Amino acid sequence: MNSAQATPSSDRAQAGPMFESKTSDQAPSLDGTERMEVSMGPHHPSTHGVFRMDVELEGETVVKLKPVFGYLHRNHEKIAEGTSYLGSMPYTDRLDYFNSMTNNWAYALSVEKLAGIEVPERAEYIRVITAELSRLQNHVCLIGFLVQDMGALGTPLMYAFRERERILDLFESLTGARMMCNYMRFGGCRCDVTPAWLRQAHQVTEAFPRFLDEFEALLSENEVLLSRSQGVGALGQDLAIAAGVTGPMLRATGVNYDLRKADAYGIYNRFNFRVPLGSHGDVFDRYMIRILEMRESIAILRQAIRDIPDGDYVHPKAKLRGFKPPMGEAYGRIEAPKGELGFYLISDGSPKPYRFKVRPPSFINLTILEDMCLGQTVADAVIILGSVDIVLGEVDR
Amino acid sequence: MDEGLKSELQKAGIFTTTLSDLYNWGRSNSLWPLQFGLACCAIEMIATSMSRYDLARFGAEVFRPSPRQADLMIVSGTVTKKMAPQVVRLYKQMPSPKYVIAMGACAISGGPFKQGYNVLKGIDRFIPVDVHIPGCPPRPEALLHAIMTLQRKITQDTLGYDRRKEEEAELVASLPVPEHGPKDLSPSKHDSIWHAAPSRKVRT
Amino acid sequence: MDTEFINGSFDIQKLAEELEVAVASSVLSIARNQSPSSQHSLVLNPEHAIRAAQWLRDQSPERWDFLSNVTAVDWPAEAVAQRQKEMAKLSQDDAYSSPEGGYLEAVYHLYSITRGLGPLVLRLQTQDRNQQTTLPSLTPVWRSAEFQEREAFDLYGIRFEGHPDLRRIMMWDGFEGHPMRKDYVEPDDYEYEPTPHDEVLKRSQDRMNQGDQPKVTS
Repeated sequence: MNSAQATPSSDRAQAGPMFESKTSDQAPSLDGTERMEVSMGPHHPSTHGVFRMDVELEGETVVKLKPVFGYLHRNHEKIAEGTSYLGSMPYTDRLDYFNSMTNNWAYALSVEKLAGIEVPERAEYIRVITAELSRLQNHVCLIGFLVQDMGALGTPLMYAFRERERILDLFESLTGARMMCNYMRFGGCRCDVTPAWLRQAHQVTEAFPRFLDEFEALLSENEVLLSRSQGVGALGQDLAIAAGVTGPMLRATGVNYDLRKADAYGIYNRFNFRVPLGSHGDVFDRYMIRILEMRESIAILRQAIRDIPDGDYVHPKAKLRGFKPPMGEAYGRIEAPKGELGFYLISDGSPKPYRFKVRPPSFINLTILEDMCLGQTVADAVIILGSVDIVLGEVDR
Repeated sequence: MDEGLKSELQKAGIFTTTLSDLYNWGRSNSLWPLQFGLACCAIEMIATSMSRYDLARFGAEVFRPSPRQADLMIVSGTVTKKMAPQVVRLYKQMPSPKYVIAMGACAISGGPFKQGYNVLKGIDRFIPVDVHIPGCPPRPEALLHAIMTLQRKITQDTLGYDRRKEEEAELVASLPVPEHGPKDLSPSKHDSIWHAAPSRKVRT
Repeated sequence: MDTEFINGSFDIQKLAEELEVAVASSVLSIARNQSPSSQHSLVLNPEHAIRAAQWLRDQSPERWDFLSNVTAVDWPAEAVAQRQKEMAKLSQDDAYSSPEGGYLEAVYHLYSITRGLGPLVLRLQTQDRNQQTTLPSLTPVWRSAEFQEREAFDLYGIRFEGHPDLRRIMMWDGFEGHPMRKDYVEPDDYEYEPTPHDEVLKRSQDRMNQGDQPKVTS
């Protein structure tokens, strides 16, 4: 009996003891062990949110893994159909709640494509600066969480959050909120950056490489990290492309596809930065790529802060109230820190969208979770999930 | 006890208190939260426990993964109808005395997602909440203030048998875990908790 | 990646013709996008959709190997009529060759990683919203459709034939109904919560209703 399909999920979602086991009706395997079904989640201490994996184990090896979603399904799309275009902007903050700036940008980009709005140059630079700051704090926190899953019990996470607080200070002084910034508008940004803010951003950027060196000295040559992450959860290039995997996971397999270079949205084609690529597609490659991407983000930030011109922070003719885009549809996507974040909007000429669809990178990246975890131990399954970099607000929308 | 006498004794190096005060002091300063983060507010909860807004100095450093070992559940984030039975089960598995903090607008009343078909409009439809923290997400300082409010509430507990509280706890324990019905949870709320008189208010 | 094709555009008319040659009667029409984004779509015949998808992935000159997004859209009959009316006002034909009554639609966004092109939008339309809501699943061609088609099934009710594991993904298993449809009625679980704002609202309504201001009731 295929228990993952036949049994209603409400029966099996025992939230209390984390490893509630039932033996399945499969024939016992050759060495006499029976298969055990474990429901990992939706409440489990891996701090990735309310995500559940129905895992079938033979001893410690995973033979089947089915992810279960929907525990944070908050109906962004239905709510957006009843809200104006600008009114959905604060909701996009809450999709990938680590990076509200990039979510806002992706949505603003899609609406600008739909309505043909142009963005002034200074606004584009501000967008790049805030997006790269967002990428920095996302990657560093993710590494903190990943290493915590491997057993580091919170110390690298403390360092990561210390740096994150510095970046959140910047966001707070700019937008008024630490996490849910609601900063981008259709045609630019909500308010201008001051020279003092740019100076502080410059200070944060200059202090970051030293922190990264310290972080790497702790982690990158750490025996435990190396042995727990090399060769674990390897992913091939063809499978990654077929499964729609994007972001650092795709580049870890060696495919050179970074939307900042491939699509060159905004003004990314003015910046000089490299795209790190991995070779094996395992957890260590994903970890290393994120470290290298942080260094490239610092390079972009330096260039952007140096070159930002004077000008408008929002298009002077941008209409905030009574915004009605023309009929039609548009799909806009950006390179969010977790992958390709896209928004598909269908407009029927009214102030509210007819269809509002979010293309979440974490959700699509989970398509091959089972493939990556088969044959690995259950402890490694936790690490592989950590390296996929999921945020449930985005997965479940 | 007379305050003057108390301070005289303290000067002589004798410390007097009641057993109740001592017990509540110990309990309120070593709350063990359940590691239960649902959504965005969970990140602010984690940030509160990190080095800048240290939660450890309030005694709440050890976030327990198992509800059997925790006495404080911080419901941080939107509770969806799919997740609601698990939240109630976790609450039931916590041993008494247990406290619940509803952190964020979503846990209080559904928050910005109130119009959602899958969103539970507030966790206090099913479990009694002690402290509500408004905000979306509330700042770490707000969570610290809530922990302090809860500590003040705990110090007002009595060590002896409190009939009203025991009855309340029995009533709450007897209410069933909601099931997933064809359209909505069944029951969609526990009226006795949802319309509870504000007897659990903190006397500040 | 071929650098000469980065940010390149492709000719959808030419692609449609080549596809029609390769897989006969697969392309029903080209839907011109009215907005400045100019992302035009190919409306495909569901019967030949899988072979068309395989041709697009393997043998087309652009090599569409990356399926980025799968969306489902609900077009009830009133919305279709409204759309056609609006198009007529703009003196254009309704670009979507769609059924007259209501229908459901699955929209696929394809990109080419090797050539750096996109997006190519494919549309598959069902015949109506109630009985004939079956479409072929493109999961065997592009694996990334797996979860997204499950979501379309869960929230819209489109049945995908050939999907390896078609069951609800976001809502719980015993749930009935398809919540994202336009005619979904959600359960009434709102409680009236009196707030101090009610007094303010009443006072401001009374003030507005004095004099010759238009009456406000809600």
